[in-house]
Amino acid sequence: MSQSGIVETATPKDSGDHLAKMPSGSQLPNSTPHPLLRKSPLPGFGLSLGITMAYLSVLLLIPLAACVLKTSELTLDAFIAAVWSSRAQAAYLVTFKTSLLAALASAICGVLTAWVLVRYEFFGRRFLDALIDLPFALPTAVAGLVFSALLVEQGWYGQFLVPMGIKGAYTQLGIVIVLTFIGMPFVVRTVQPVLESMERDTEEAAESMGANRWQTFRRVLFPAMWPSILTGFALAFARGLGEYGSVVFISGNMPFKTEIAPVLIVARLEEFSYPEATAIAMVLVAGSLISLATINWLERRSQRYAN
Amino acid sequence: MQIKGHHSLSRVSAAAPNEPLWLRCLLIGLCYLIVCGLILVPLYYVFYQAIKPGFGQFWNNLVNDSDTSHSIWLTMTVAPVAVVLNTIFGIAAAWVITKFRFPGRAVLMSLLDVPFAISPVVAGLMFVLLFGMQGYLGPTLREYDIRIIFAWPGLVLATCFVTMPFIARELIPLMQSLGKDEELAAVSLGANPWQLFWRITLPNIKWGLLYGIIQCNARAIGEFGAVYVVSGHISGETDTMPLRVEKLYQEYNNPGAFAVASLLTLMALSTLVAKIMLERWIAAQDAARFLDEETGA
Repeated sequence: MSQSGIVETATPKDSGDHLAKMPSGSQLPNSTPHPLLRKSPLPGFGLSLGITMAYLSVLLLIPLAACVLKTSELTLDAFIAAVWSSRAQAAYLVTFKTSLLAALASAICGVLTAWVLVRYEFFGRRFLDALIDLPFALPTAVAGLVFSALLVEQGWYGQFLVPMGIKGAYTQLGIVIVLTFIGMPFVVRTVQPVLESMERDTEEAAESMGANRWQTFRRVLFPAMWPSILTGFALAFARGLGEYGSVVFISGNMPFKTEIAPVLIVARLEEFSYPEATAIAMVLVAGSLISLATINWLERRSQRYAN
Repeated sequence: MQIKGHHSLSRVSAAAPNEPLWLRCLLIGLCYLIVCGLILVPLYYVFYQAIKPGFGQFWNNLVNDSDTSHSIWLTMTVAPVAVVLNTIFGIAAAWVITKFRFPGRAVLMSLLDVPFAISPVVAGLMFVLLFGMQGYLGPTLREYDIRIIFAWPGLVLATCFVTMPFIARELIPLMQSLGKDEELAAVSLGANPWQLFWRITLPNIKWGLLYGIIQCNARAIGEFGAVYVVSGHISGETDTMPLRVEKLYQEYNNPGAFAVASLLTLMALSTLVAKIMLERWIAAQDAARFLDEETGA
């Protein structure tokens, strides 16, 4: 990940005085050796790259390096013991399972909500649309607090759900519910613009050729929405994998049952077993980098689709 | 991975063709059920629980609990510092990425996304490993009597990390779409860098920047996981508002927890209102510019 080399290779160090020169590079034959090395007439390259790299180094690159260094203090056996203990395995499984289910629930609810908000005119449309953004702005701790209070046996939701056998508080279901709260806006906000920009002609053509509404949806609308649904799903999933604030409140953090991987990291930290905590963290980092790469790939694909 | 912004609800373009009324009603009903059940009721519930013991008690829970009032003060000092730092970084990163081509530019852009992908707990852990007592720089820092972990600077670092991409990710597409013609023209007319920034670039990006700042601020106030790890949870010293909510909840002090939570929710709601107003304003500006171009041509 080191790229400090860039700073020296291609940058004309800006000192302000070259501002007087006009962008006349193309007339001078020897001043344009390579497109990447051509000097831009705009100022501030050195300064802004310097700020960016310094900030990224302090906040991201050096701490990440510390993480890798700490993990390398462990022998391979110790690493595997830390990363693959039965408690850790259970935690990964809970994290993965709840995030996946929550992302699925987000995708279903999100697509439905986006569809209704875009396609129908009804009372309260703007209000509902504005509310969708709330989970982006609301601190996750508040979400966790509220849902755990709503889902306990005496709570507003719990009093109906618990007699039916649906226990939300301190179960994996509770984790799925808060993660859906957090993930759904991602799906709505990625699907909505696609639905809005969709042309009506193909849809109308399909209908005029005798397709019924369901066939039109499945064969014409759904394929066009699919990339954006996938992106929204991936965003919700990635967010769920790392989520901590809301889950601590609602899950009860019972090892092997409702303990997620970030909670396990904190537990190891509080025992001062730093290398073990870091090893588990590295697994999470690897997982999230993979999901990030997938999201970027999906985004590029859906952009190509849009074009 | 960016949270889609600048979304303004367009009008429904045409009546959906031959869709039965019952289906339409069912879908709208389901949409109401989802949004109300998942978002509106919880929102109402925060204020309901906070006010339930009476307004006097609510006020008491916030102001007369010294740990709580300290946590409010702490959040009010940590979040703005993080926002300012991220604003400077965001402008610098967007400037270098959109105005110049250089090797490693693509890598730099993907690095900007990493904080979105890394679990906040892992972010906190990274800083503990680096600056903590047992960390790599811990002994050196202790010699100079500098405390970062379990203290204010650590809280700022963790908050900065988690909210780092917001402003840059808002500015990059905006500055890309604006291009660099105006800046090039200004430079060729002899503008110095200072004039260039304050007279050309900033007026062009100010609304997008403000939008990014609002989002960054909301996240900075609400950050939990990263701050949880670096704060050490010392009541009245390193507990920010979200951490205070958790501590009160653990102490079975529900009215107190909900009082702080309601304050956080109020901040989230004002963020939302500010965002909506800004989106309207941006949409109106775009429409006005479009009309200008139409009549000009």
